[in-house]
Amino acid sequence: MNQVDSEPMIVQPRGWRKGLRYALLIFTALLFIAPAFWMLSSALKPNYEIFAIPPVWWPSSPRWENFRDALTALPFGRFALNTLLIAGFSIVGHLISCTLVAYAFARFDAPGKGFFFVLLLSTLMLPYPVTMVPLYIIYSRLGWVNSFLPLIVPAFFANAFYVFLLRQSFKQTPPDLEEAARIDGANTLQVLWHIVLPISTPALATVAIFTFQATWNDFLGPLIFLHDQSKYTLTLGLSFFRSSYDVNWAYLMASSLVISLPVILVFFLAQKAFIQGVGYTGSKI
Amino acid sequence: MRDVKSRIHHSSIMRSPRKRREAITFYLFISPWLLGFLFFTLGPMLLSLYSSFTDWDLLTSPVWVGLQNYSDAFADALFYQSLKVTAIYTLLYVPLDLLGGLMLALLVNARMRGVRFFRTVFYLPTVFSGVVFVVVWLWMLNPRGGLINLALSQIGIEGPRWLMDPDLALYSLVMMSFWGWGRSMVIFLAGLQTIPGELYEAAAIDGANGWQQFYKVTLPLLTPTIFFNLVLSVIFTFQTFTSAFVATDGGPLDSTLFLVLYIYRQAFQFLNMGYASALAWILFAIILVLTLIVVRSQRFWVFYLGEKAQ
Repeated sequence: MNQVDSEPMIVQPRGWRKGLRYALLIFTALLFIAPAFWMLSSALKPNYEIFAIPPVWWPSSPRWENFRDALTALPFGRFALNTLLIAGFSIVGHLISCTLVAYAFARFDAPGKGFFFVLLLSTLMLPYPVTMVPLYIIYSRLGWVNSFLPLIVPAFFANAFYVFLLRQSFKQTPPDLEEAARIDGANTLQVLWHIVLPISTPALATVAIFTFQATWNDFLGPLIFLHDQSKYTLTLGLSFFRSSYDVNWAYLMASSLVISLPVILVFFLAQKAFIQGVGYTGSKI
Repeated sequence: MRDVKSRIHHSSIMRSPRKRREAITFYLFISPWLLGFLFFTLGPMLLSLYSSFTDWDLLTSPVWVGLQNYSDAFADALFYQSLKVTAIYTLLYVPLDLLGGLMLALLVNARMRGVRFFRTVFYLPTVFSGVVFVVVWLWMLNPRGGLINLALSQIGIEGPRWLMDPDLALYSLVMMSFWGWGRSMVIFLAGLQTIPGELYEAAAIDGANGWQQFYKVTLPLLTPTIFFNLVLSVIFTFQTFTSAFVATDGGPLDSTLFLVLYIYRQAFQFLNMGYASALAWILFAIILVLTLIVVRSQRFWVFYLGEKAQ
């Protein structure tokens, strides 16, 4: 994984230092947990406890119906479906396009390769507002505005960050197997499919997970390109919910929690996948 | 190996059929990105540059106005306000994020029971979408029902109006950003893993205490990570949008009118596509200059292991 041969340095505190470190950890953790606690507690409160004085830290009888009521106040099921659709297509698009591009940069030589690699990386610096206005103009001429196309199609044309990530992973695997397969008569796509992809699953999973998180949480894109409420994504729906005149904080917290569950779940599953992935590549080389 | 070989054969690339086939395959494989670059990046950039010299409301054809949009910007009080807001926010947010992320990373970089739990707690808020993040803090900072003011009232303090107070709104946004320190924590943790332990052993033998080890070993060897974090942080913070749009919608009294929010309004609320494009290019120029300054400053403070110290 890292370039250093020796063991990295990890502190192993003892005695009062250990106690102090635990105290700091617990204090900081409380600060980080407080908003999440307040989100859950408020999501379960009946309306009269939300602004109650003296404050109600935890609802006397948790009102689980809030979740049902919040999620039916707006068509959140529809929003979830829209978001899933965009996320699913974006993942497929990124996996196909970024794999091809990254493999080319990792394994093939060609005149101009260095130039194009620098060009690819420099697009990471371009602020989105520079292209968002002209893209809106182009998409509206194409009749794509108010459809999912502006949020899906670009994913099929690769993304600099994920290309870079996959290229690093491809470069780390020795080319011997691929060359052997090629001598046996496999063409480049067969080599890619049968040899390279199976040993690169951790990196591919990373790209899929990052893409899922990014599309699930995207806000500016849907805000600009989706106009009808029936086309809204979850974040857009939540923001619309928040800006309605009669803000119901219990409902707002309940829906915030629910729409975050998938990314939280993926995070916990992925944590394991990442560790396994690192161990896997480590043992194979 | 491959790179050296390719350089040697560079002159004969087009003469060898194998090399030529390889080059064709290369361009075939990168064609998705190349096409995407033309259609989704370069094309729009040129269109944006062109429209920044025009008056364009999308309904009628663009009218060439030369540098008018740019000179308008420099006479536009709201543009200066948005620049000021964005600059103050970046100036506070970026150092706090670096410091906070480093602190958290050092705290959890220990071999102790339960440390993985703490790492998860610190990282988890960053998986929330920007909208959820902001909505949660809108409620935390609500003057009446928010946890912060309720907690303050328990010790007899009447809390301020936070995001609804024009003097406090921007600083409230800075304050709540601590909940996202987990992102830079993870990058710092990865940076800490690359510091060889034997350097600490050597320092300890030389009689360096904990603080000296931190100043003489950890900090210098983390400068590449700090540099990486700093560049990314500046680029992204200057483009802050969601928190301003969802939390305050630029208010109260334009006290949180971020530059990208102003560009969004000009483009999609007032349909001033030309003016919005000009503002976007000014933003791009600022980001470029800031990045360049940070990159140039590298040689004064970034230390790479294996290079001679300067």
